[in-house]
Amino acid sequence: MNATPAAIALRGVTKKFGHVVANKNVDLDVRRGEILAILGENGSGKTTLMNMISGIYYPDEGQIFIDGAEVMIRSPKDAFHYKIGMIHQHFKLVDIFSATENIILGIGDGKYNLKAAESQVREISERYGFVLAPDKKIYDMSVSEKQTVEIIKVLYRGADILILDEPTAVLTPQETDKLFQVLRRMRDDGKAIIIITHKLHEVLAISDRVSVLRKGEYIATVNTAETNESELTEMMVGKKISLNIERSEPKAPQDRLIVKNISCEGVMGRKMLDDVSFTARSGEILGIAGIAGSGQKELLEAIAGLQNLSGGDILYNDPKTMQTVDLRDKSPTEIRELGVRLSFVPEDRLGMGLVGNMDIIDNMMLRSYRRGHSMFLNRKDPRDLAQRIIDDLEVITPGATTPVRRLSGGNVQKVLVGREISSHPKVLMAAYPVRGLDINSSYLIYNLLNKQKEHGVAVIFVGEDLDVLIELCDRILVLNSGKVTGIVDGRTAKKEEIGLLMTKTDYGTEVQANG
Amino acid sequence: MFSMSVLVTFIHQAIMQGIPILYGSTGEILTEKSGHLNLGIPGIMYAGGISGVIGAFLYEETLPSRDAINPVLAVLIPLLSSILGSLLMGLLYCFLTVTLRANQNVTGLALTTFGVGFGNFFGASLVKLTGSEIPSVALTNTSQFFRAYLPVADKLGAFGQIFLNYGFMTYLAIIIAFVSAYFLRKTRKGLYLRAVGENPATADAAGINVNRYKYTATCVGSIIAGLGGLFYVMDYACGVWSNEGFGDRGWLAIALVIFAVWRPDLGVPGSIVFGGLYIVNQFVTGLPMRDSELFKMLPYIVTIIVLIFTSIRKKRELQPPEHLGLSYFREER
Amino acid sequence: MADTALKEKKVHEPLFHIVKRSGLIWYKAWLIRIFAIIAALIVCALVTMMLAHQNPIKVYQTMLSGAFGTQRRIWILLQSLAMLLCVSLAVTPAFKMRFWNIGGEGQVLIGGLATAACMIVLGGKLPNALLLVVMVIASMAAGAIWAMIPAVFKAKWNTNETLFTLMMNYVGIQLVSYFSMVWEARKGSGQIGIINQDTKYGWMPVLGNYDYLLNIIIVAVITVLMYVYLKYSKHGYEIAVVGESQNTARYIGVNVKKVIIRTMLLSGAVCGIAGFLLVSGTNHTINTTTADNRGFTAIMVSWLAKFNPLFMVLTSFLLVFLQCGANEISTKFGLNKSFSDILTGIILFFIIGCEFFINYQIKFRHSHKEVQ
Repeated sequence: MNATPAAIALRGVTKKFGHVVANKNVDLDVRRGEILAILGENGSGKTTLMNMISGIYYPDEGQIFIDGAEVMIRSPKDAFHYKIGMIHQHFKLVDIFSATENIILGIGDGKYNLKAAESQVREISERYGFVLAPDKKIYDMSVSEKQTVEIIKVLYRGADILILDEPTAVLTPQETDKLFQVLRRMRDDGKAIIIITHKLHEVLAISDRVSVLRKGEYIATVNTAETNESELTEMMVGKKISLNIERSEPKAPQDRLIVKNISCEGVMGRKMLDDVSFTARSGEILGIAGIAGSGQKELLEAIAGLQNLSGGDILYNDPKTMQTVDLRDKSPTEIRELGVRLSFVPEDRLGMGLVGNMDIIDNMMLRSYRRGHSMFLNRKDPRDLAQRIIDDLEVITPGATTPVRRLSGGNVQKVLVGREISSHPKVLMAAYPVRGLDINSSYLIYNLLNKQKEHGVAVIFVGEDLDVLIELCDRILVLNSGKVTGIVDGRTAKKEEIGLLMTKTDYGTEVQANG
Repeated sequence: MFSMSVLVTFIHQAIMQGIPILYGSTGEILTEKSGHLNLGIPGIMYAGGISGVIGAFLYEETLPSRDAINPVLAVLIPLLSSILGSLLMGLLYCFLTVTLRANQNVTGLALTTFGVGFGNFFGASLVKLTGSEIPSVALTNTSQFFRAYLPVADKLGAFGQIFLNYGFMTYLAIIIAFVSAYFLRKTRKGLYLRAVGENPATADAAGINVNRYKYTATCVGSIIAGLGGLFYVMDYACGVWSNEGFGDRGWLAIALVIFAVWRPDLGVPGSIVFGGLYIVNQFVTGLPMRDSELFKMLPYIVTIIVLIFTSIRKKRELQPPEHLGLSYFREER
Repeated sequence: MADTALKEKKVHEPLFHIVKRSGLIWYKAWLIRIFAIIAALIVCALVTMMLAHQNPIKVYQTMLSGAFGTQRRIWILLQSLAMLLCVSLAVTPAFKMRFWNIGGEGQVLIGGLATAACMIVLGGKLPNALLLVVMVIASMAAGAIWAMIPAVFKAKWNTNETLFTLMMNYVGIQLVSYFSMVWEARKGSGQIGIINQDTKYGWMPVLGNYDYLLNIIIVAVITVLMYVYLKYSKHGYEIAVVGESQNTARYIGVNVKKVIIRTMLLSGAVCGIAGFLLVSGTNHTINTTTADNRGFTAIMVSWLAKFNPLFMVLTSFLLVFLQCGANEISTKFGLNKSFSDILTGIILFFIIGCEFFINYQIKFRHSHKEVQ
């Protein structure tokens, strides 16, 4: 476009973690004096990409250019050398240090003078209007204070290429405005700024250009002034692809689970669920869509009895006894006994649901090992079950005695989902059950869920891929920052419509709950 | 009650007992601040002691006569060989736990087995191995320089006895402890080191060379701890090596780290308290021998109480470094 | 600006970087371990050659004869093996739970002390069979209590168990030392001496003519029981889950605190049995060196065997063999008996180090030629 080379240019950058491709052949340009927004759904590889620029990861392939010259960023130190500063989503702070001690960490030679550094920090915060006590310990700080420390840290270092990973996720609107003012001032100062975000209105408010990533791949870059929310949403979620997932009509649906106005709070009193209400019916798949961290995990855990709710009720119509019980009065074990099953695949795949170093058989009995009065384990049933799952779901493994850790991501999921289905649940909750799976395995999972649906199970499916949600689910509930922004019919919903429900922040005129 | 002169002797001996422990704990604190729980410290202290003995022994062997000894060399040679010996031990521990990311507890215990064996082996076999004509290792000649103190001490009564009546390594231990405390709390590198032990990922992201800090802290810590072994044999034991003589002082040093809540400056009074508790039985008149064994329990019981107390209080500043005992791998995901 | 940037380009790519392996096939892992042991044995031989001025074949011959030379030596080897194995088995459940119980030494001693106390106080006052039963129970209870104290604080306040159990060792040692004087055989000796030497009250019966056979059988039984307990019992399963992830354990409704305390009670009780076997079945006395550092060596035995009781037979054999062999070398070539500690140390360093190559992989980076 013009003669001066980009501050940072990436060419063909690829990074894999084991079998998972986090970034594939990504190109990217950021110029000085501009704010570039990087937009993408969760798992689209934004953070991994930025971590390679800031020296946390090292790319498997590809090149990084700074001001037109190829560079090697092997460590965060190299990144500093090129004046690259990153503000991570997960703060990198030493808890028992004061703000100033954290800010000066890793830089500066010459005399060590904490007092002088403190006054410098005070000066920076005053200049930009931050409120921060330089000698306050991190463990005494709120989340937004911690972020302030992170931002001042980068400013203190005089970085001229700044990367902010979802900086507004933890800020109040006022704080966000303040942050944006600072960012604009820095841009006008000739700095190159990259901001990662999900929130479309923020992209439009702050950025000069937007680069979109989807599933680890670079899609396009557009000028913010020449685009709008729906175009960005479309780029982010992609064109509707027909997947031909079979979907039967629900048979005699009954209200199985009635969630009424539940709310819960996370750390630091942030609302993770805000007045959520919906009904899950037997013989139906209810999809849950939303940007990661919109409350999906909390919602499922609330139903499973693993969350402390601040309000609301979760009513369960027991098909056996025809009675209605409030699950909030029950323990997680009692809820399980009622037939409410949760198959949750956490971000790291091997989290709560499976034990990585145990083999498939032992993982089968993680929740059932207590059965019977014997002091010893009954491994026969789990062994049969493991074998059945391996056969039915085509789990690729050397055998049932292979530690789950050794399996590929997709096979791990099959094991997990298979186990939960095996117990003939009445309500089956599956979170991201196809994450990291190849096409064929994904279809196997869809078929499994469909089969459960036909058996009259109320299936709740939390997914990331909107195409799948639209084709698989009878209804789709959209979560946005802990609130339900809409429940749409899977048969008629448009992808863009859901995308907007997921990302927009002012919800007033949204689609009414129907279906 | 103690009479005045007994009290003075008691304090003097408590300090003498405390110094090897102080060396060990200062070394261990520096190491632990980098996130490494080095249970090899007892072995390293043995190795530091015996290396000094070997150095001194070989030097004395070259002398034509007792009087030909050069005071400077007599101090420098054991000192440097002790430093070399502990440094090698420290490097071995670092290579295994930092570079190869081996389990710290197992590595440390293996190092203790090795170091104690090394010390006892050479302590007992030195004479035979070198074909010397001396019946046993008694480096009294070298020891006199380690034990030398200002002659004025004797003339100053209690004051001289309590404060001046020590060889140079006693003061060195206290100086090292205070310098370490200053280093940890008041210097940039000290700040970085603490960051490495608390949260290596953060330190790494801040551009601190985590492995270099771990290596440096652990090796310097080993050298300091090794000096404790040297002090014990050259000063406290008058240059006479006896197997198992050093006893469990290495473990007491690790206990002192907790007692001093990871602060080398608190280690100084702490070491005197430990030293005092270690010998208090000898000063309680009319105490049966066997009860003195119960008194020797005191340092450990006091440590346990401190450990329990700090864990119940959960005050962040009194806790072990957060990443203590865990190895760091940047690309862990 | 462009100039400095150009210079930067000359910085070399890192030659290699280290990647965590997702898993190594078992035989490759064992190949690496065997290779490490062989390398260690070679180094040991070199060290011995330097110190004893013998050729390596002679060295190994001496070691073998030290371990297996006579029938008596084989018995001693088996007895030492059994004792080390017993302590290793004891600390294993705790380690599987990722509870660093390095207090085995103290737990063994306290168990032994309880045994000795019964022998001294109750000897002759109870029928011998009953006395033995009382002794076993007392030793197990004593060891269990000793282990339970740190466990309770760990469960309740997350008190650092490594440091706590370590300190408990020395409290135990001093207690033994105290009672050695309380019950000293001759005034001023500070030694208990052989207890009930004439009456043999509380002495474990001797099977046939073999002094240690009963000890060995008991430990063999404990080995099998521990293997079964860890692998096939519900408790063992809970221990494994807690060790893998306390969060998962809570998620599936395991009472983590209870498991920690229960497991440490077991760990301490088996240590107590080891103490009983050492006092009643082996030494018939107790002093501060009765445990002979087995509490610490056991940690390494257990860890090297990946906490598998059957592999522990092999690893404790390896260490005991080295000890017996090195002792023979030291006697024969006039070296100090601490020589075996040096050899043990060397072997351990090699095995500890080789785990790196099992868990990690060194990847060399391919350079990229194409330029945009």
